[in-house]
Amino acid sequence: MSSTSQSPTHHTSTIGAIGAPSRRNTELALLAFAVVIPVFAYANVGLAMDGSVPTGLLGYGLGLGLLAGVAHIVVRRYARYADPLLLPLATLLNGLGLVVIWRLDQSPRLQHRAKILFHAFSPDAPKQLMYSALGIAFFAVIIVFLKDHRILQRYTYISMVTALVLLVAPVFFPAVNGAKIWISIGGFTIQPGEFAKIIIAIFFSGYLMVKRDALALASRRFMGLYLPRGRDLGPILTVWAMSLLILVFETDLGTSLLFFGMFVVVLYVATERTSWIVFGLLMSAVGAVGVGSFEPHVQQRVQAWLHPFSDKVMAQSDQVAQSLMSFGSGGVMGTGLGQGNSDLIGFAANSDFIFATFGEEMGLAGVMAVLVIYGLIVERGIRTALAARDPFGKLLAVGLSSAFAIQVFVVAGGVMGLIPLSGMTMPFVAYGGSSVIANWALVGILLRISDTARRPAPAPNPNPDVEMTQVVRP
Amino acid sequence: MNKPLRRISIFCGLLVLALLIRDNWLQYVQADALQTNTHNRRVSIARYSHPRGDIIVDGKSITGSKESSGSDFKYKRTYKDGPMWAPVTGYASQAFGATQLESIEDGILTGNDDRLFFRKTLDMVTGKDQQGGNVVTTLNAAAQKAAYEGLSQQKGKGAVVALDPSTGKILALASYPSYDPSSFAGNSLDTDTKAWNKLQKKNNSADPMQNRALRETYPPGSTFKVVTAAAALENGLYKSANDKTRSPLPWTMPGTTTQLKNEGNIPCEDATMRTALQYSCNTVFGKIGSDLGNDKMLAEAKKFGFDSEQFTPVRSNASVFSDDMNQSQTALSSIGQYNTAATPLQMAMVASAVANDGKLMKPYMVDELQSSNVDPVAKTEPEEMSRPLSPGNAQILQSMMETVVKDGTGKNAQIPGAVVGGKTGTAQHGVANSANPYAWFISYAKLPDGSSPVAVAVVVEDEQANRDDISGGGLAAPIAKKVMEAVINAKK
Repeated sequence: MSSTSQSPTHHTSTIGAIGAPSRRNTELALLAFAVVIPVFAYANVGLAMDGSVPTGLLGYGLGLGLLAGVAHIVVRRYARYADPLLLPLATLLNGLGLVVIWRLDQSPRLQHRAKILFHAFSPDAPKQLMYSALGIAFFAVIIVFLKDHRILQRYTYISMVTALVLLVAPVFFPAVNGAKIWISIGGFTIQPGEFAKIIIAIFFSGYLMVKRDALALASRRFMGLYLPRGRDLGPILTVWAMSLLILVFETDLGTSLLFFGMFVVVLYVATERTSWIVFGLLMSAVGAVGVGSFEPHVQQRVQAWLHPFSDKVMAQSDQVAQSLMSFGSGGVMGTGLGQGNSDLIGFAANSDFIFATFGEEMGLAGVMAVLVIYGLIVERGIRTALAARDPFGKLLAVGLSSAFAIQVFVVAGGVMGLIPLSGMTMPFVAYGGSSVIANWALVGILLRISDTARRPAPAPNPNPDVEMTQVVRP
Repeated sequence: MNKPLRRISIFCGLLVLALLIRDNWLQYVQADALQTNTHNRRVSIARYSHPRGDIIVDGKSITGSKESSGSDFKYKRTYKDGPMWAPVTGYASQAFGATQLESIEDGILTGNDDRLFFRKTLDMVTGKDQQGGNVVTTLNAAAQKAAYEGLSQQKGKGAVVALDPSTGKILALASYPSYDPSSFAGNSLDTDTKAWNKLQKKNNSADPMQNRALRETYPPGSTFKVVTAAAALENGLYKSANDKTRSPLPWTMPGTTTQLKNEGNIPCEDATMRTALQYSCNTVFGKIGSDLGNDKMLAEAKKFGFDSEQFTPVRSNASVFSDDMNQSQTALSSIGQYNTAATPLQMAMVASAVANDGKLMKPYMVDELQSSNVDPVAKTEPEEMSRPLSPGNAQILQSMMETVVKDGTGKNAQIPGAVVGGKTGTAQHGVANSANPYAWFISYAKLPDGSSPVAVAVVVEDEQANRDDISGGGLAAPIAKKVMEAVINAKK
């Protein structure tokens, strides 16, 4: 729609040919693998740790199979042409995450730690299974009731308000483990940032779809870059300021980076102006260095990243060092599920640091496989954006996919010592209700967009007048 | 809008690629360094995850393993006669790491050594638990017992080293006061950490964890005169033990107005080397050092092993003979004073080289490494280190040292049925010689068949004793005698 040289034969990535196969059977076959692989992994953990197949195997297998089955039937019934890869990939990650959380539940070291700190230990895997069920339910609700993703466009400004409320709310709740990213209502704690990620993507897409022409065209050219007018800088400055406020008041590096990154990506796609990327990078650099110069929490994270094994850092927190040693001790092939010592991390072993357990017990081979699965999810999301026929759908799909990609990069990069650590969780595998439910919702919306995009176009109108009309796409 | 989308797609691909590259860096390139990082608790978890192999003396193990109740560690190290064997074994503690043999041979003892790879794979296939291999030492249990008991009866600080002169095998290696490595082998805060803290030097002036036999250097005093005599013979200064040495009494050190004193009124004027060694004449040996000069003395001392660390494989500190001394300083150093300092192992090497007709064998304490089913994995072969003396000169020096035991200061070391050669020493130290002197005795025993099965060095510092009582002959020689007897009896 941006290029004026649209050829009559579509590029293969912009799917939309009439009579495209629905690929639902492909999805079903892949889902079978996505259920069977975690079931084997579950049996593997039991055999490695107790020498017997765990008693919960049947229940776990049936549970995961049931969830996958329900999701599949819903998609088959209500989103026939949706992307066939996203659901199996997400199911596989969710299943493996459950296995690893269950494996960490069996760790005597973590049980002992919980008893000392909280006077009681309760396993997390059953809770995570329940959250996964809730996530799939939410996913089904989205597929069934959201008939067309363009409906979301109507809620652009309501989304903005909701997102702001969700992002600001944690400030009024006490910090948990040094980061204000939680709100607690009647015994439930919710991580609103996870939901805000989706809602703010709706806002960005709706807003920029309307404003993109103004932002793209009304600019001056300077040294090969299009410089925006001063007043057009408003939106990016606002989002930038908001990200910095999150960083300062909620001491949450990851969320801050996620929102700003997503905004810059959506802005760039909407306007096709590289200058926004340059501005975005400059502003992130200024913001990061600026906040880093006075915010002790950020400085601490940077020190832990630069010198994870120094005495000073080890005295404060050995998390990064423990995580790195976990990865290193796994080596190429890993110790095998249930046979590592990644539980030495102690704190947040099954949430923020769950990736270290993948590293130690599944080795380089397993981690690379998991990273490629994440990469596939992101690329399927962007493919959906390419295929989408409406600008809002394109922006929303790329916004959600890039947010997902940035989140994976920030978390995995943090636990592997590539970038400073920040308090976010690996989508689908880490323990946490908000994260699982929000990410299933994200996949649900992507499936809805892809269904609309791949759905065969309505049969051509037999009216001969129409044939004469040249349709010029915007 | 599709062009930027494709670029974003590439960007996200790059993010994943960066993660993949980082992962390869961590889990492939850096994996070994991270696995063995000192902060990595997995190292000690692995060390105690199955019964540890044993350290063996005379076919019996002096260590053991028992199941431990801790959450991280399945097994705990135990020691039999811990204090007696501590200078040999070192310790392997869940909380405080491992040292000496326990650390150097950790790979064999845990079974992780590459040389045990075949065994490990076989165990894995047959479903057997991994088991550590054994370390067979060269030590002699009777000699070690005699050494440790001899030292503990003196109640002072001290050390004993006994060697087999013909091979370099270490037969006894005792240090006193000692510690029981069992007492802190676990990781309990109540017992193990308390025991550990109590043994640290800052809380315990006796410093029981110091391995005096290998890691403490003492002024060797008159025992160093054996090295000086060897230098005189090797450099042709005197041709035989019975040549007059043309040494005056009193003797003023060159370049000074200070007279070098002898202990008491002894016949040192123009004495033969035999007489000089028998009565331990400072004037005679001081003059020899002065006449030979720093370089020749240093060369001879180095041939005996001075100025370099020894690896048995447990490291021993380097003994000292300085290389920048004037004549008077060389004279003092040649009678084992001034800067000269030696470990007990070093002085045992001196006695052993003389006993082995001038050939110094490299001292070692690990005879063989075995897999868990006692298949040999590696065996140490005796190795010649240097030749400080020609066989002829060695025999001259032997006859001199035998005179010391037969008629001189070392009478306490006489053993019926064996010929013993030795040298006493009483080394002064401290500011203005105020601290208690060290009593030294180095010796070897020869059997009627001409073989020499043992050479010993003993050093004792006795804080309670009256100053005058301290002499190598009185305190140290009886211990050396018992150790030599134990070795001779074990041979029979």
